[in-house]
Order: sequence, then C-alpha cells, then structure tokens
Amino acid sequence: MAWAAATAASAASFAIAVQLTAGVLGGQEYRYALGGWPAPYGIELLVDSFSALLLLIATGASTLALLAGKASLEGEIELRRQPLFYSAWLLALAGFAGILVAADAFNIFVFMEISSLSSYVLVAGGPDRRALPAVFKYLLMGTIGATFYLIGVGLVYMMTGTLNLADMELRIHEVADQKPILVAAGFITVGLALKAALFPLHVWLPNAYTYAPHAVSAFFAACATKVALYVLLRFDFVVFQQNLTGHDQQFAAYLMPLAVLAILFGSAVALFESNLKRLLAYSSVAQIGYILLGASLVTIGGLSASLLHMFNHALAKGALFLAVMAIAMRYSRLDLQHLAGAAKRMPWTLSALVVAGLSLIGVPGTAGFISKWYLVTAALDEGALGIALVAVIVVGSLMAVVYIWRIVEAAWFEPADDSATGPAGTIREAPVAMLAIVWLAALANIYFGLATDLPRELATRAAISLLGHLP
Amino acid sequence: MSPESLILGALALPLAGAVLIGVTGRGSANLREAMTLLTAGGLIYCVWSLLPFVNAGERPALALIEVLPGIELAFRVEPLGMMFAALASGLWLINSIYSIGYMRGNREQNQTRFYVMFAISLAATMGIAFAANLFTLFIFYEMLTLGTYPLVAHKGDPKTVRSARVYLGVLISASIGLLLPAIIWVYAATGTGNFTPGGILRGHVEGPAIGLLLGLFVFGAAKAAVMPVHRWLPAAMVAPTPVSALLHAVAVVKAGVFTITKVIVYVFGVDFLFSEPSSGWLLYAAAFTIIAASVVALRQQNLKRLLAYSTVAQLSYVVMAAAILKPLAEVGAAIHMLAHAFGKITLFFAAGAIYTASKKTELRQMRGIGRRMPITMTAFTIGALSMVGVPPTAGFVSKWYILAGAFQADNYVALGTIIASTALNAAYFLPIIYMAWFAKDQTPPGKEHGEAPFAAVLALVLTAALTIGFFLYNAPAYELEAQLVRGQP
Repeated sequence: MAWAAATAASAASFAIAVQLTAGVLGGQEYRYALGGWPAPYGIELLVDSFSALLLLIATGASTLALLAGKASLEGEIELRRQPLFYSAWLLALAGFAGILVAADAFNIFVFMEISSLSSYVLVAGGPDRRALPAVFKYLLMGTIGATFYLIGVGLVYMMTGTLNLADMELRIHEVADQKPILVAAGFITVGLALKAALFPLHVWLPNAYTYAPHAVSAFFAACATKVALYVLLRFDFVVFQQNLTGHDQQFAAYLMPLAVLAILFGSAVALFESNLKRLLAYSSVAQIGYILLGASLVTIGGLSASLLHMFNHALAKGALFLAVMAIAMRYSRLDLQHLAGAAKRMPWTLSALVVAGLSLIGVPGTAGFISKWYLVTAALDEGALGIALVAVIVVGSLMAVVYIWRIVEAAWFEPADDSATGPAGTIREAPVAMLAIVWLAALANIYFGLATDLPRELATRAAISLLGHLP
Repeated sequence: MSPESLILGALALPLAGAVLIGVTGRGSANLREAMTLLTAGGLIYCVWSLLPFVNAGERPALALIEVLPGIELAFRVEPLGMMFAALASGLWLINSIYSIGYMRGNREQNQTRFYVMFAISLAATMGIAFAANLFTLFIFYEMLTLGTYPLVAHKGDPKTVRSARVYLGVLISASIGLLLPAIIWVYAATGTGNFTPGGILRGHVEGPAIGLLLGLFVFGAAKAAVMPVHRWLPAAMVAPTPVSALLHAVAVVKAGVFTITKVIVYVFGVDFLFSEPSSGWLLYAAAFTIIAASVVALRQQNLKRLLAYSTVAQLSYVVMAAAILKPLAEVGAAIHMLAHAFGKITLFFAAGAIYTASKKTELRQMRGIGRRMPITMTAFTIGALSMVGVPPTAGFVSKWYILAGAFQADNYVALGTIIASTALNAAYFLPIIYMAWFAKDQTPPGKEHGEAPFAAVLALVLTAALTIGFFLYNAPAYELEAQLVRGQP
C-alpha cells in the first residue's frame, strides 16, 4: 500500500515533468507567483529548459527505482517502518523537485534541507549497520555544505536586499566586486561543490552509496549530486558571471583542475575497488568531473556537453545501480570475487549491466558516447589546452573500460564458486518485474544514444540561456 | 529486391540468425547448425545481389538515423566495401561447414555461444564493409571487437583468458585512444565524416598535422596489426581454429586494413596524401612490419603462431600497397585482401584439421604428416605457395599489381621489401612442406590418425580450389576495384 502510494505519486510527478518538458520545448517558460505575490517580493517558481532537464532526471530516476525496487525494499526494510521510509523517499523527491523549480535562493536552501534530511533517513534505512557511520559522515559534510551556502546567500542578501535570483542578478551589479560579494561567491561555490561531491570534497559519497538500500543507491546515483550541480551552475553563471570581473576565468581556473583530478582519481580508485557498489560510486566521482570539466570551459559547446552529460550519466549510472539491485536480490555480498560466474545464473541482469556499462564508457551507439563527443568537440576548440583535456578524457574512458571489464570478467569468465554462494541452482534470475525495469533503463541508454534530439535540444537551450547572462 | 532492402538484409540477417541459433541451440544441435548454414546462405544472397549494382557504377545507399547533426548512421556500398562484404559472407559459409566438423570433432564446450557470437561478428563485419561514414564504421568496428572476445576466450582456462585480455586490451585501447580522437578530429575539422571519392580533408588539415592524423588512424585501427600494435594477433591464436581462420585471417584483420585503405582513399584522398611529404613514414612503418614479422615467423615453433606472424606481415603488404599512393597499387591493396584471405584461411583450416585429427600443434610434429593426411597437406601446400606468391596461386596476382604500382611510383623501398619478404616467406614455409612430405613419420605407435572429419576436409578443399581458381579467373575483382581509381592517371 505504502509502496503503491509512493510509486503513484512519483509517477505522477514524472508525468508532470514530461508535460513541462514538452511545453518548454515548445518555447514556453513556466512562471508561477506563489500566493499571487509578484516576483521580487513573493515566492516565484520557474521552469525553464535547465530545470525541465533535471526534473526529468530526478522524477524519472525516482519512479524507475521505486517500480523496480519493490521486492528489494521489502526485503531490506522492516514492515512496520516501510510507510515512514516511503514518506522519507517522497520528501527527498519533493526536495529535489523544489530545488529545481524554486526561483529564489532561500527557498532553494529550504528544499535542499528537506531533501538532505530525508536522504540521511533513506541512506540509514537499510539493514546494513555500516550505513550508520557512512550517514554520519554524509550528514556532517552535507550540513557544512548547506551552511556554507546559507552564509553565502546571507551575504548576498545583506548587500542586495533580495533573494530572487533574477532580481539578485540585476541588483548585484551595483555592489559588484565588493568584498562581501566575493566572499559570498566563494562560500556558495564551495558549499555546493561539497554537496555535489566534487573531488576532493567527495569523501562522503562512496560509503553513502555503498551502504544505502539498493533502490536508494539507484535513485541518488542518478540525480542527487546533479541537483547540487544545478544550483552551482545557476549561481555561478546567472548571478555571478556577469557581475564579478573575471569570474569566468576564476571559475574555470578553480574548477578545471579539480574536474581533471576528479576524472583521474575517481577512475583510478574504481580500478582497484572490489565492491561493486563502491566501484560504481567512485566512477560517479569521476563522472562529476566530466560534467564540471565541460562547464569550466565556459563556452556554449562546453556547457551543453556538461548538461547533456548530466542526463546521459543519469541514464547510465541509474541503469547500473538498478542492475546491481537485481544482483543483490540473489547475492548477499557484492564483492567481485563473490560474483564469479554470476552471468551463468543471471544472464539477463548481467547483460543489462554490460549495456549500461558500455554507455558509461562512452561506446558509440550509447547515450554516453553523445555527451563525450560533445565534450571532446568543445575541448578541441580550446587549442593546446583542449588537446591536453582530450587526453584526460581518453585516459578516463580507458580506465572506465578496465573497471567495467573487471565486472564482465568476474561474471562471465571466472568459474562459479559454489562454496561462497550455496550449491548451484539456488541462485536464479532476478524477479521478472524487476528485470523488465532494469532492461527498460538499459535500453534507454541505447535509445538516447541514437535518437538524441530531446536531451540535446534541452541541454543546448539551457546552455544558451545560462551563457546568455555573460557580458 | 531493392538495393536498400538488400543492405538492410545483409545487416539484419546475421543478427536474426544469432537469435535463431540461440533459441534452437537449447534443443537440437543439428537444427542449430542448420540455422547457421541457412543464415550464411541468406547473407550470401543479400550481399552478392548487390554486386551487379556496384558493377554498373551505382552506389546503393541507406540512411538509418541522424544521431547528431551531420553524424548519421548510414550505409553506402562502394567497390572496396562490396569486395570485403562479398569475401566475408562467402567464406563464412565455407567456414561454417568447417566449424561443424571442427567443433564436433574436438567436442568443444559452449558451442551455441560460439555460433551466436560468430553470427554477431559477421553482422559487425557487414556494417564495417558498408559504412558510409567514419562514425558508422567506428560503431561496427567496436562491435566486432566486443563480439569476437568471447570467441577468443572460448576455452575459458586462465591462460586463454590472459591472452584474451591482451587481445581486448590492445584493440580497445587503440581504438578509443587513437582511432576515436582521429575521427572526432576529422569531424571537427571538416564538419563531415562521409567517405567521399577524392577525400574530404583538402583545405582543412595541412602540413605535419596530416602525418599525425594518419598515424592516429593507422595505429588506432590496431586490427591491421602494424607494429607495434600487432601483439593482439598472436594472442588471439588461443581461439578455436575456425575463429582464427575466418576472423583472424579474414574478417577482423581485414577490417583493420580495410579501414586504413578506406581512410586513405576516401578521407585523405590518394593525390592529396601523395602531395603531403609528412605522410611518407607510413610506407616505412609497413615495410618494417613486413620484414620484422617475417623474421619473427622464422623462429616460431607453433604452427598457429607462425601463421599469425605471417598474417601480420601480409596485412602490412596491404597497408604498404595503399601507402604507395598510386592507382595500380591501390587496386593491388584491394586485391591482396582477397588473395591473402583465400590462402590464409586454407592454411588455418589445414592447421585445425591437423589438430582435430592428431592434436599436433608444433612444427616438429609435422614430420611425414603428408602421407597420413594427403588432402589436407596438399591444400596446405597450395596455401603456403600463395603466401610466397608463386603462380598458379592467388598470391601471385596481387603481388603483380602491387609491384606494378611500385614501378609506377619508382618506389624502390617497396620493391626491395617485397623481394626480401618473398624470400623470407619461402624460408619459413618451404621447410614445413618439405618435412611434411619427405621426412620420416615419427608418430608414436597407438596415435595413428588419418584425415580430419569430412566437413573440415571439404571446407579446406574448397578454399584451396578458390586459391588456384582466383589465379585463373580474377577479372571481375580487377574490374570492380578499378572503379576505385577510375579517372586518375
């Protein structure tokens, strides 16, 4: 019952997101003044192409994770706590959606807190006791991030007297380049980078993803950090870019090296990680690097690549974690050595995992390729620096080949170890309902690798509108 | 049928076949084998029906979807691809007959997976042959790498898996690390990646950058095994012999040299590349590979590894011929793909037949084997003579054109390399032939054997006949490939 209500609510919000996207693609921008109070004074909600893109990701991820996750969650959460758990899930979704539609800085903070607090509950909700220290770390760092953000917003409010982002952009002009604004830009960027798990502020992420209930990992891996990145890009491009002299260069100078390090470090750790979920979590750290690398070029091409990669990475990583959830239905431990020979027992699940893995690598014909193509093309416009960046992207992709291949090799080519998993025959394919969703997610990676219009259109429009604020 | 539906058929049929093979494989092995043969027959029909169109100067095309603006999944049949597709589809049928004999004769495991992956690999090969642009080519190139991996790792023991890892590691790193950046470079510079007669790069990329781009293509297409990216080919020899025969003597390796030739002819443009001094290194790299691989082959003790190194050398013949950059040499490059395929598949068939009948794999075990397996060793001899380039075999025809092209360009490096390597080829093949026919048989008592199963023998007789037949009748191939360079001096 609780599950049905949560899924219905999530599916309804997905349907709304689809409708909003259709409207946005038709050239519309949705604005809603809450309580009838006009914009700078009242609370404004705003949906443009950027928010629509992220709304699709967040509501889609939540819906698929819920649909596929029924059996898995029933196994992991005690019966009496299930209603509370699903409420927390919906609160998290509401928080994410709220961040994406709110047009003023303070409400973004409020929704951020709603989503964070409920995320802590979700991550800690599983049976794994190791989730508790993980969530404590997550809570500490998440709170620091949110506080930094709030300090920054407070400083801006002090100087401009407004919280509405559009209004802020205009008024900040009068106080541009004054110390409090510069400090605010620093606080906001760092605070959000913390929430977005940008290297080296990523330390909360691997354990939180690893020990969370499997359905929650799928939900969060697809959208949680991206929502924080959304706010980061909104602030840095809309509010600050035009108003602080040289902000584009500073932004690039700080974030580009970190993005490069994130790609190299995240992938390198994933190479040696033996727990499946943690391996994918470190790969997420690397992928956040790709997203920020595109943005740090501060060009239309780079920014489109970055937004497109948000969408495509959500597809790939979401599908991967859904497949992991299906594996976890049958295997109690997710170490690669325990998964030896798994493909003989769960061929469909593992094949879906490989399809999603190919997308993560960026093999042509999958969604992941499209965003990498955009990223490389954008980087090549930068001359010598661009060639170095392309080298980084290539090295990162090659490492992705290796860490995905380790999974394939374990699942297909290692002989099954019966002593670890019980006698042969006890492990069957995952439930059909779950499998169907896993494959739906995997095939979406192929679909959006061939029919690229929708995400490309949204990403390009969003990039143009974000960069439209550049002088 | 219209040419469009024939192209679609050539791509879809092996995939549909893979599904059918997978489904029937659970029930009856005979039905499964029937599916393989049926699919191979259907594929031949689709591909060979396209031949009259191409001969008439048409270029049947099929565009599936536009993935990004200017980047399409599209197919276009031109002479080079036509020949490659006709070759691969034709040999697949013969190879399937051989596979049945080999796989049953050796009681291999996982036979259904084997036939399924084989069909998928053929679909990928068709995609490579008919690709209309670099993007489409790359997609199917990667599909072929991934599709052949389970075939290489077929045995599944640790040693095999280690070799298969080398195979995959070299091919994937080279293609993602070098070939893909080269392709993106071309798209970024010209806005297109369509294969266009005369090339597309003129006026967009110039000077030393041309040499660099060429390098990215040549070493990125590691399937062509130009040194130093040749290591995967000897490693791939752990696969069952039918895989080595069709994929690592024909489909996969030819996909590599095919990519390089196609890029030289349709992306760089022969004349443009000839006028760019920075592209000159390719000839030397290929010449070095020919000589070095032949020398390495001299020292091999294992028959299949020897054949692998011989393949490395022969592939660089194609690359070197293409790098001579003269019309006749381009034709020679195309025809050598054909000629080498007939000879080398015969040699591998023979090696596999010997293994099936006697479990012999090393050269020293071949003493006197000609008297036990006369048909197999006759075919082996024909294949070996074709490698050396002796008439009346296919190898002579292509060498003739390559030499003619080298004379057109007064290219003495190429001439010298061909002469030296012919001598080296003779030096490592003739002793085997001598040993097989004239040395004293040393098979230990109790291990007597005769010929391999009938299906295997039939297949190798067919390919040996093709090797001779191609010497006698090769006009259609020349006519087809001459279209490549028509209108050029």
